[in-house]
Amino acid sequence: MSTSSSAPDTSAPALEMKAVRKVYRMGDADIIALDHASLTVQHDEIVALVGPSGSGKTTLCSIAGGILGATEGRVVVAGDDITDYDAKQLTKFRQERVGFVFQSVNLVPFLTARENLLVVDELGRRTGAAARARADQLLEELGLADRRNNLPSQLSGGQRQRVAIGRALMNEPRLVLFDEPTSALDTQLGEQVMELIRNEMKSRGTAAIVVTHDERITHFCDRSVHIVDGHLDAA
Amino acid sequence: MKLALRELVRRPGRFATATVILTLIAVLLMFLGGLLDGLIRESTGAIRAQSGDLIVYSDTAQASFLRSRIEPDTRATVDAVDGVERTGGIGVVQLGARVPGNGPRDLASVALFGYEIAPDGVPDVPADGQAWADDILKADGVEVGDELLLGPARSPVTVAGFVSDTPYNSQGSLWASPATWRTVLTANRPDAQLADDVFQSLIVEVAPGADVGDVATAIDAATGDTETFTIDDAINAIPGVEEQQGTFNQIIGVTVVIGLVVIALFFALLTVERTGLYGVLKALGARSGTIFAGVVAQAVAVTLVAAVVAGGLALLLDAVIPPGSIPLLVTPTRIVTSTVLLLVAAIVGCAFSLRRVLRVDPASAIGSGS
Ligand SMILES: Nc1ncnc2c1ncn2[C@@H]1O[C@H](COP(=O)(O)OP(=O)(O)O)[C@@H](O)[C@H]1O
Ligand SMILES: [Mg+2]
Repeated sequence: MSTSSSAPDTSAPALEMKAVRKVYRMGDADIIALDHASLTVQHDEIVALVGPSGSGKTTLCSIAGGILGATEGRVVVAGDDITDYDAKQLTKFRQERVGFVFQSVNLVPFLTARENLLVVDELGRRTGAAARARADQLLEELGLADRRNNLPSQLSGGQRQRVAIGRALMNEPRLVLFDEPTSALDTQLGEQVMELIRNEMKSRGTAAIVVTHDERITHFCDRSVHIVDGHLDAA
Repeated sequence: MKLALRELVRRPGRFATATVILTLIAVLLMFLGGLLDGLIRESTGAIRAQSGDLIVYSDTAQASFLRSRIEPDTRATVDAVDGVERTGGIGVVQLGARVPGNGPRDLASVALFGYEIAPDGVPDVPADGQAWADDILKADGVEVGDELLLGPARSPVTVAGFVSDTPYNSQGSLWASPATWRTVLTANRPDAQLADDVFQSLIVEVAPGADVGDVATAIDAATGDTETFTIDDAINAIPGVEEQQGTFNQIIGVTVVIGLVVIALFFALLTVERTGLYGVLKALGARSGTIFAGVVAQAVAVTLVAAVVAGGLALLLDAVIPPGSIPLLVTPTRIVTSTVLLLVAAIVGCAFSLRRVLRVDPASAIGSGS
């Protein structure tokens, strides 16, 4: 039924957005957050999305990740056209195809680092032992092996950010959306996290969009796309 | 679900207030139920203990012994009805009893029965002047061998031994011979005195294989002036029993509704508080149904904890309250039914949060955040 359960086409672009428009209705006023935005992200590409505050970066990520619907245009993620998905199909799509690292870290406060990763499996595929092995491997890679049983309140900001990255990778997504992953970190930590993101993406061949308004970290990405007032440049 | 139960375990403090309030409500519920059961037990024991199948009153008696009279010819008619194996006369008089060693104004309330067919747990008819006493009279200081002086006439009756669970109208029963009962009745209630062989009521044993309901109908048809009840119907027909049940069940109903409101409010607030968390979970692919199931699981868990604690407290209360003071009877059945009522209230209460859970927008997770 849902195309997201078909075998993924691994060489298809991770994201194809075609002439996407997003209008928020605020009472009588319409806010055009995205205007005819077209963007293709290749299956193993890391794209930096750079733009000032309020330019539509978060909106673009939300649409690419099946959290928001576009007002106009088409959205295809890893070969699945999600444009006309209903809420149920989008839920399943988010479970299986994409990973998010939110602007605010948003870990579940009463779960340990490891349990925060396992939540993704409990809500989705329920693979059990396989998920536990994957969580342990991710925590190891992210340098959190000795922190796996700590609650978020017992972790530093950088460690929390790394847990969030691990959580985004738990479902083996085709596309990971990082919304300002370094904005809460100092420069040095921010660069460490970016390096980690790049390594994780490249070793898996996973595509990513990294939102930032910091030009200095774009060199960790394969290319940069600029957004101003909902318009993407043609980079 | 797992997530919700983990939250319960990791953050018990969050649920403490609700648990304490629900525990108090559950205690109240079990206490009220126990009180009702105790009152009913103390009102109905003498009838419940009857080993016969039917009980025959005059048709004007409205199931009250005191208003009923069965003449010997009526009894003969009943004896002749098909399916009647045996009949036994029964009658009661309610009086104050002076207990040896108690002050002159410290009377024990007793219901002296004269009987022919021994109720369950009551030995055969004792010698004239003696009686088997219900053990709730122990609370009044009654002991085996005591000579009780009944009523204004101070009619003496000696306690031959104790029996259990036979009280009548919340009074301790004394089970005596028909002759003793008639003597005491005549001495203390001259207006209600009955000739020899006249009883207030008849206990009927139905022949094996005969249909109890059919025999009851046949008895009333044959006599023309009796109303015959099965023992179960007679219990409910005891004046006051239905009224007590109705009143208590209304109070119990209101208490359950209060429990429902507490749960509804508590989990509605909790759901509002957790909008952000639910947004994140939805963004990660959680279905609304999964999240709502978690809310219900928490409500059920909190209610179960409250019910278990309350059940323990109710049993403790039952053990601590001296017998004869408050008619409290805490049974496993009452604890279980109270728990089930509260669980239903909890689940219905959660339903008020369903709409809010459905409305949580995963987009709220990703926005500018805090
Ligand atoms: N839920 C919303 N309702 C109305 N307007 C919104 C909403 N979310 C974002 N916007 C508006 O859309 C524009 C783009 O927002 P956003 O995508 O969050 O930008 P960025 O992430 O680049 O800061 C802004 O003008 C913002 O105010
Ligand atoms: Mg943003």
